[in-house]
Amino acid sequence: MFGYTFQWNQALARLPKILDGAAVTMEVAVLSMLIGIALAIFLTLLRLSGSRPLGAIATTWVEVARNTPALFQIYMAHFGVASFGIHFSPFVSLLIGITFNNAGYLAENFRGALKAIPETQTRAGRSLGMSQGQAFRYIILPQMLRISFLPMTNQMVWAVLMTSLGVTVGMNTDLYGVTQDLNALTFRTFELFAIAAVIFYLITKIITLGARAIAWRLFRY
Amino acid sequence: MFDTALSAADLIFLAKGAGMTIIVTAISVAIGTVLGILFGVIRVQLGAVLAAPLTFFLDIFRSVPLLIQLVLANAFMGMVLHLRFSGFTIACMVLSLYTAAYCAEIVRGGIGAVPATTRRAARSLGMSWWQDMRYIVAPLATRVALPSWIGLALGVMKDSALVYVVQVTELLKSTQILITRLQEPLFLLMICGAFYFIISFPLARLGGYLEKRWSND
Amino acid sequence: MIEIQNVHKSFGKLEVLKGIDLTVEKGEVVTVIGGSGSGKSTLLTCINGLEPIDTGKIVVDGTEVHAKSTNLNKLRQKIGIVFQQWNAFPHLTVLENVTLAPRKVLGMGKAEAEAIGEKQLKHVGLGDKLSTYPSRLSGGQQQRMAIARALAMSPDYMLFDEVTSALDPQLVGEVLETLKMLAEEGMTMICVTHEMAFARDVSDRVAYFHKGIMAEIGKPEQIFNDPQHPETQKFLASVR
Repeated sequence: MFGYTFQWNQALARLPKILDGAAVTMEVAVLSMLIGIALAIFLTLLRLSGSRPLGAIATTWVEVARNTPALFQIYMAHFGVASFGIHFSPFVSLLIGITFNNAGYLAENFRGALKAIPETQTRAGRSLGMSQGQAFRYIILPQMLRISFLPMTNQMVWAVLMTSLGVTVGMNTDLYGVTQDLNALTFRTFELFAIAAVIFYLITKIITLGARAIAWRLFRY
Repeated sequence: MFDTALSAADLIFLAKGAGMTIIVTAISVAIGTVLGILFGVIRVQLGAVLAAPLTFFLDIFRSVPLLIQLVLANAFMGMVLHLRFSGFTIACMVLSLYTAAYCAEIVRGGIGAVPATTRRAARSLGMSWWQDMRYIVAPLATRVALPSWIGLALGVMKDSALVYVVQVTELLKSTQILITRLQEPLFLLMICGAFYFIISFPLARLGGYLEKRWSND
Repeated sequence: MIEIQNVHKSFGKLEVLKGIDLTVEKGEVVTVIGGSGSGKSTLLTCINGLEPIDTGKIVVDGTEVHAKSTNLNKLRQKIGIVFQQWNAFPHLTVLENVTLAPRKVLGMGKAEAEAIGEKQLKHVGLGDKLSTYPSRLSGGQQQRMAIARALAMSPDYMLFDEVTSALDPQLVGEVLETLKMLAEEGMTMICVTHEMAFARDVSDRVAYFHKGIMAEIGKPEQIFNDPQHPETQKFLASVR
């Protein structure tokens, strides 16, 4: 039909290489999430600090992350900083770009979560002799992270999908990059990218279902 | 003050790219919204089990990188079907379905937010299903859905930066072409980023404002 | 000993405390009654330094609460407070709610803190709810948990701010019983309350607050049977 013969075997023979790429994709996504969450907490603290300049820095970060394309952010991390004579490897540029994006979106989620925690919670902690920092660390932060759990899961899925953009800065070890290189060798474009698509799909499902299982076990209150 | 090799012609080139970004976004959001409303209503009407195939189909667009969707659509149309669609057409088709997949979720959420008691009241007044949808559900659901829809439209604009992969020269691609030629990455990227920001930021704020206002009453 | 001397406190233009003088001796139970907006709750949050004051001073065991040099976190360890809203920490079990502050503030080990937590929770009748999350408890149980949480810090003083006001009527009794028990054990307590019977039964002294002023203070028999101040008479007539 259509004069095109699908040659799945030829593409499937490359599956081990593609799966290696998937491992790199997961590595970037997980790292960008871990650093992103830490940075988002930091940005949240800056916003809570009451200092105008510090709050403005955090807000600028959040708004740029949310209002420009992720690809633009990766370009900035790769080509933009090159203007200062800084040259990152594709891996690092991609990681920085996605992490920047993650931190911005997560910080905004955290802000929403904080609104859902009554102010009296801090007060209760303070009245037990806790410092402001202790009250945040032991009472506010855990609740904030739990309320933000679903948005964090979504962001993790986004992070996985965003790794595909690494190819634009020369990344060729991730799932998309590997597939692209194999395509240049074999020209089985449809078959190869269909396999990559299925793997991406499965990864996102595993993340979503895994998160649901974790939430179910963890959040019994 | 600032030395740049950027010429008036280059600026026009960038503006054309920006125009392409807006056109692709506008077409995709328009078609995607119509489809999304249709899919969303169908999903609600059919219920989870009967709508499962549609749900699965739409979920693919949210679980596979857009870049791959574009590459696959392009390869399928060209290599498999031997249809000579332009990159622009492919970009609009894929982005429309991509938009529709997210829009269907928003529509479903909006309809779900209309209390069942309100709908029962409408039906008990003798309204038909269509009248209930038209006069009761649509206005109430729109209120819930509009802020998210604004977010979606802005998301599509940002994601449209990926259509370069099917040879559509939108804003970010234009910028990249100029970067290669002029070797002024930071300056050019700033212009490009500012364009996205200036469109996205106020609209995102509007969405946030509407959400806050409508959730208070 | 808690010494409150000529304390003034305003929220913006609204002066809620207009010169309060009150001394509470060790082991004493003082209840504060009065209409809403009389400043009685504000006074409690000033005593443990959650609210700053404008003028005057509050001295607890020789430490001036609002002096700059005072370590409030340290001071609050000996002044427990329980609020109208119990403010359970929803992400922690009942036992964890109670052991958090002893562990993190007092630096206690887990086992030691849990021993104290269990003891206090048994004390308030929640010995069988240790690993339950607060959302599974009734308001009365959550409020008793909040009391245990404060007691776990081994405070010398306990402040109770309308602890039964947010409870369903049928749950008020169990919380009041807990307070009564503490009073009988000799805890020094200041209770802001609307429960007149409780004030009469438990207090050593009852203070009546009216519009930021302590209009009258005396033994419960005197306040309830023979109020001197016309506002006290009016108030008691209205709540009877």
